[in-house]
Amino acid sequence: MYEITTKLQLSHSVALFKIKAPKIAQKRKAGQFIIIRINEYGERIPLTIVDSDTTEGTITIISQEVGKTTGMLGALEEGDHILDVVGPLGKPAEIKKVGTVVCIGGGIGTAPVYPIAKELRAAGNKIISIIGARSKNLLILESEMQSISDELFVATDDGSYGHHGFVTQVLERLIEEPVTINMVLAVGPLPMMNAVCNVTRPRKLHTMVSLNPVMVDGTGMCGACRVTIGGKNRFVCVDGPEFDGHEVDFEELLRRNRSYFTEEKMAMEELTYHEGPRCYERNI
Amino acid sequence: MTDKQRKNIPRQEMREQDPLERIANFHEVPYGYSEEQAVNEALRCLQCKDPKCVSGCPVNVNIPWFTKLVTEGRFVEAARKIKETNPLPAVCGRVCRQEDQCEKFCLRGKKGKPVSIGSLERFVADFERENEEVSIPEIPKWTGKKVAVVGSGPAGLTVADDLLKRGHKVTIFEALHVPGGVLMYGIPEFRLPKKIVEAEIEYLKKMGAEIELNSVIGKIDTIDGLFSDGYDAVFVGTGAGLPIFLNLPGENLVGIYSANEYLTRVNLMRAYRFPEYDTPVLRGRRVVVIGGGNTALDSARTARRLCPEEVTVVYRRSLEEMPARAEEVRHGGEEGVKFRFLTAPLRFIGDREGRLKAMEFVRMELSAPDESGRRRPLPIAGSEFQMDVDVAIVAIGNDVNPLIQNTTPDIETGRGGNIVVESDSGATRKAGVFAGGDIVRGGATVILAMGDGRRAAASIHRHIMKE
Ligand SMILES: Cc1cc2nc3c(=O)[nH]c(=O)nc-3n(C[C@H](O)[C@H](O)[C@H](O)COP(=O)(O)OP(=O)(O)OC[C@H]3O[C@@H](n4cnc5c(N)ncnc54)[C@H](O)[C@@H]3O)c2cc1C
Ligand SMILES: Cc1cc2nc3c(=O)[nH]c(=O)nc-3n(C[C@H](O)[C@H](O)[C@H](O)COP(=O)(O)OP(=O)(O)OC[C@H]3O[C@@H](n4cnc5c(N)ncnc54)[C@H](O)[C@@H]3O)c2cc1C
Ligand code: SF4
Ligand code: SF4
Ligand code: FES
Repeated sequence: MYEITTKLQLSHSVALFKIKAPKIAQKRKAGQFIIIRINEYGERIPLTIVDSDTTEGTITIISQEVGKTTGMLGALEEGDHILDVVGPLGKPAEIKKVGTVVCIGGGIGTAPVYPIAKELRAAGNKIISIIGARSKNLLILESEMQSISDELFVATDDGSYGHHGFVTQVLERLIEEPVTINMVLAVGPLPMMNAVCNVTRPRKLHTMVSLNPVMVDGTGMCGACRVTIGGKNRFVCVDGPEFDGHEVDFEELLRRNRSYFTEEKMAMEELTYHEGPRCYERNI
Repeated sequence: MTDKQRKNIPRQEMREQDPLERIANFHEVPYGYSEEQAVNEALRCLQCKDPKCVSGCPVNVNIPWFTKLVTEGRFVEAARKIKETNPLPAVCGRVCRQEDQCEKFCLRGKKGKPVSIGSLERFVADFERENEEVSIPEIPKWTGKKVAVVGSGPAGLTVADDLLKRGHKVTIFEALHVPGGVLMYGIPEFRLPKKIVEAEIEYLKKMGAEIELNSVIGKIDTIDGLFSDGYDAVFVGTGAGLPIFLNLPGENLVGIYSANEYLTRVNLMRAYRFPEYDTPVLRGRRVVVIGGGNTALDSARTARRLCPEEVTVVYRRSLEEMPARAEEVRHGGEEGVKFRFLTAPLRFIGDREGRLKAMEFVRMELSAPDESGRRRPLPIAGSEFQMDVDVAIVAIGNDVNPLIQNTTPDIETGRGGNIVVESDSGATRKAGVFAGGDIVRGGATVILAMGDGRRAAASIHRHIMKE
């Protein structure tokens, strides 16, 4: 059993949790994730480790309510427990000094971007960040990103804050400027990562993305998380989650992530039936 | 009773759940012996002076001794006799390939049918457990030594059992949220009820085994880290859990599973009880399983129970070459699983949403035997055909998982990534590290993994006691 020691509601469907897991807190590196199972009936779902505190022995995760499991997690409070937490899983992000890195976080994707950007900065890179969301009240980690970025841009789809439009537009503008960008890191909804890659590919601008396929065990045992990368089958849980974005077959991943659309709806109906209606709008 | 009388007793068959009934549930298929049947079956044993059956068993269960106890109605003692060399008789009685091991060498099999050793083993183990006669052996005083066991499959459980009995402290590290390895996530409930595995693990815990779940060694800790944490030796029994795919076009369409994923969803995550349990599995209308081993049959029989219209096992050789146990093939057949032999897949075909809708196959013929005596399957030109399929399960085997080897460079690995050990001691090249089971052998069997565990435990004991 893993105790939730802190809960902070970041927006109406996004919450930050600190979970007591001292060993994971000590071992984890930027870019790694955990898999949780909330209760005996629960599904195993992956969540990025956003931060850790080795003195408190906690890890920080940020979860957006998009379905049954994240919905149940969102209903937990400080002092509640999660049945299973396993990690740190996946390969740590590759942290090298390359020069200037543009770090792009779309919606909940800012959560995985933050720890990697922080390490890249610590390694001596110049960090230009672009974070986006549908609307101002859905923006997360703005001040945290601010604190580790040399420059920070915000974009909202509805123009309620920052640039009115997509993160890719800000990226294109930056690319036009006479600064050298050595690398782009982009995490967010698949269409966003795909769009970023479409901007950077013709310019041969190295772009790393972090993928979010459906997972089961997270140790390479099942192959649920397989994605075609550079024409080869790779298991995201052990070979990733970070990959060269120019090699990823986003179309395939998008389709695979919709595998259980009908079942997920059923599971949600079950949840709302038992717990009363809540807002589970999908808003990345 | 005279030998003649013994020879006149027919082999006792277990009653089984009716096929039509059982495809609507996940309960175990055979019901097990009655006491009377067990005694009759045990009486068939000729009490050979030089019992060939015993040397056919990888852990040398003392078969004539325990069958004798059964004939006297001393079932609990019989179970304890088996447990002297085999800590998981209720499991082995159910899943061992007896026809290739103990029963293959049974004298009675020379003329007629061998003694049903597996069914007897199952009976006495069930009898002991159901009558709450399982007693925890006396544990000697702590030797002051601690051993880490990585992986809680049959290999790891056997090592733990043996070392605890010798007075060592044992901690088992398991990646998943339940212990048991393939016994829990792979082999289906209807062939091996999970409560039996749970009971065996409970027994180890009562003997003092510590089990750290959700602990992936290679991630949360390394082998070297375990030594710094104060363990005196490490046993690696992490199994062969890295699914092999066919590498055919369309293999990542929605609806295509590895057998590992399919069985894990259904067994470990209980997807057959979705939405009561949260994990879903696609049930499909027309299911195809590719492969010919136990894993293929387990997948097909599982699929059958999830009510699609048709389940077909496609295998590129013929029935004779099929590695699955005859019993599984028979059970599958009774349950309506169809078989297409001498057929190989060529590609997967999707609809516009990227969901599997059909597959293309080619017929095969067996070539003349080559130098090794094996008949290789060769495609017959022009025999391609398509079938409607919406769920496909790829069950063509597993490679070994590299997590440990990658983080422990000084462990020697073979060509397939398997850990190399000295065969009689289970010792790896790295001092104090031992290994056994599928991580060493590639996909093998439960009892071979246990035999490895037994030998490794003995050498671990010698190693840490500096004997
Ligand atoms: C490496 C990795 C890191 C992630 N980090 C975060 C994070 O930091 N914060 C966050 O909010 N989300 C993160 N996700 C996504 C998160 O795992 C899914 O949102 C969650 O599993 C949805 O489960 P659900 O039951 O609530 O929704 P469902 O209704 O089951 O599914 C909603 C969508 O989530 C995806 N999904 C469903 N089941 C799984 C599964 N078992 N594994 C992965 N994806 C699944 C599917 O694409 C599906 O369409 C991450 C995913 C991966 C692979
Ligand atoms: C579907 C199926 C059906 C089968 N049917 C039969 C049968 O009828 N009869 C038979 O004799 N054999 C059968 N087998 C084969 C048999 O199950 C295996 O040979 C046996 O389980 C191997 O045991 P093991 O202890 O080596 O590994 P496993 O049972 O594979 O256990 C390994 C354990 O280690 C854990 N692990 C892996 N990596 C790590 C890590 N880095 N850190 C911590 N833990 C880790 C895994 O999660 C797992 O729990 C079957 C196999 C399958 C897949
Ligand atoms: S353990 Fe397996 S091989 Fe050995 S006697 Fe029992 S059933 Fe036969
Ligand atoms: S070989 Fe057969 S008959 Fe002889 S002791 Fe073994 S089980 Fe009994
Ligand atoms: S989640 Fe099972 S192999 Fe990656």
